[in-house]
Amino acid sequence: MMTIKQPFERVVTEHAATVLRVCRAVLGPHPDADDAWSETFLAALKAWPSLPEDANVQAWLVTIAHRKAIDVTRARQRQAVPTDEVPERVSSLGVPDDVDHDLWTALRALPPKQRQAVAYHYLGGLPYREVAGILGGSTDAARRSAADGIRTLRAIYLDNCPATKGVTR
Amino acid sequence: MNATTGELSEAQTRSLLDLSGAAPEELAALHSRLEAAAAQHGILDVAYTTIDTAVGPLLLAATERGLIRVAFEREGHDQVLQSLAARISPRILRAPRRLAAAAREIDEYFAGQRTGFDLPLDYSLSSGFRQLVQRHLSEIAYGQTESYKEVAQIVGNPKAVRAVGTACATNPLPVVVPCHRVLRTDGTLGGYVGGLDAKTALLTLEQAA
Repeated sequence: MMTIKQPFERVVTEHAATVLRVCRAVLGPHPDADDAWSETFLAALKAWPSLPEDANVQAWLVTIAHRKAIDVTRARQRQAVPTDEVPERVSSLGVPDDVDHDLWTALRALPPKQRQAVAYHYLGGLPYREVAGILGGSTDAARRSAADGIRTLRAIYLDNCPATKGVTR
Repeated sequence: MNATTGELSEAQTRSLLDLSGAAPEELAALHSRLEAAAAQHGILDVAYTTIDTAVGPLLLAATERGLIRVAFEREGHDQVLQSLAARISPRILRAPRRLAAAAREIDEYFAGQRTGFDLPLDYSLSSGFRQLVQRHLSEIAYGQTESYKEVAQIVGNPKAVRAVGTACATNPLPVVVPCHRVLRTDGTLGGYVGGLDAKTALLTLEQAA
C-alpha cells in the first residue's frame, strides 16, 4: 500500500540535531558546518517529493550531508588565500572546556575516512554497511576506520577526563 | 570502553553527542535560514504557522499564490498538514514570514478593528460548486447573515440548499471566508467547522463592533 509522504517540517524536527552533529564532527564546530547543514536540508526539501516511500530518511540525509560537507570544504579551499596567520573563526558552540577542545582537536586531526566513519556511525546512527555505502569500500573497512578513529579519541578521554577514568579501566 | 573492539562506552558516546550537540536557539536560527532559502529557491510549496485567537489556536497555511488553509484546533493541525502534504505538496515548512499579513489581519479582526480581509487567497482545495459558494461568502458583509437557502438562490441554484451546507462545512478558509455568516432559514446556527461555540463567538464579535 502506498503511504502518503509526511510534511517536510517533521523531517526537520526529527533529524535537524543529528545532521548538525554529523556536519560539526566532519567540518568542525564553526560556520562551515552550518553551511553544510543548510545545503543539506535545502537539497533534501527539493528532492523530498520523489524520495521512495521505503527509504531510510536518516541515512539519506547523512548521505546528502556527506556530499555537502565535501562541497563546502572545496569551496573554502578555492577561496583560500595563502597567509601566515590562521584566521579566527567564530565558534557557534560557545567556549569549550579543555577536554572538549582536545577532543575537537583530536577529531579534526583524524584522517578524513576515520573522522567520517566515526561521525556517520556514532553521530549519524548509521550501521557500518550504510557507512561503507557512503565512503566506498567494504563494511569491514568502515568498521576498522571507525575503530581506529575511536582508539585515538579514546586516548583523549582517558588522559583528560577524570570522570570516565575510573569507570573505563 | 571495550578495549578489544575499540567501541565507545555508552557514557563516552553520550559525551561525544553532548559535545557536538546543538542548542535549541542554534537549531532555530538554522531553521529560519532554511525557510528563507527555500522561499528564495521557489521550493517552499506550503508555509504555515499557528496563531492564538479568541476561538483557540488557528493553523494558517499559504502557497506562493495565497492563503490556502485556516484550521481550528479541533480539526487536528497535524492531520490538516498531512492532508496538505497529500493534496498540495509535502514540501511544507513552518515558515511564519509568508503568513505575516494574514496573522496581522486576523488579529485585527478579533480585536474588532477590521471588518474585511485584504489577502490573496488560494482556492485550490475546493472545486466546482463548492468553490463557487465559497467565493460568494466573502460578499456577505461583516455583521450580516444569509440563510443557506438565500445563498443557493444567489449562486443561481435555488434547489442546492444541501450542497450549500456542504460547501460551508468544507470551507478550507474559515474566519477569513465567512461561512459563519450563513444560518438556517429559521435563524438557528446550523453547523460550523470550528464548532458552534466558535460560530457564536464570531457572530457576537461582529454584532458588538
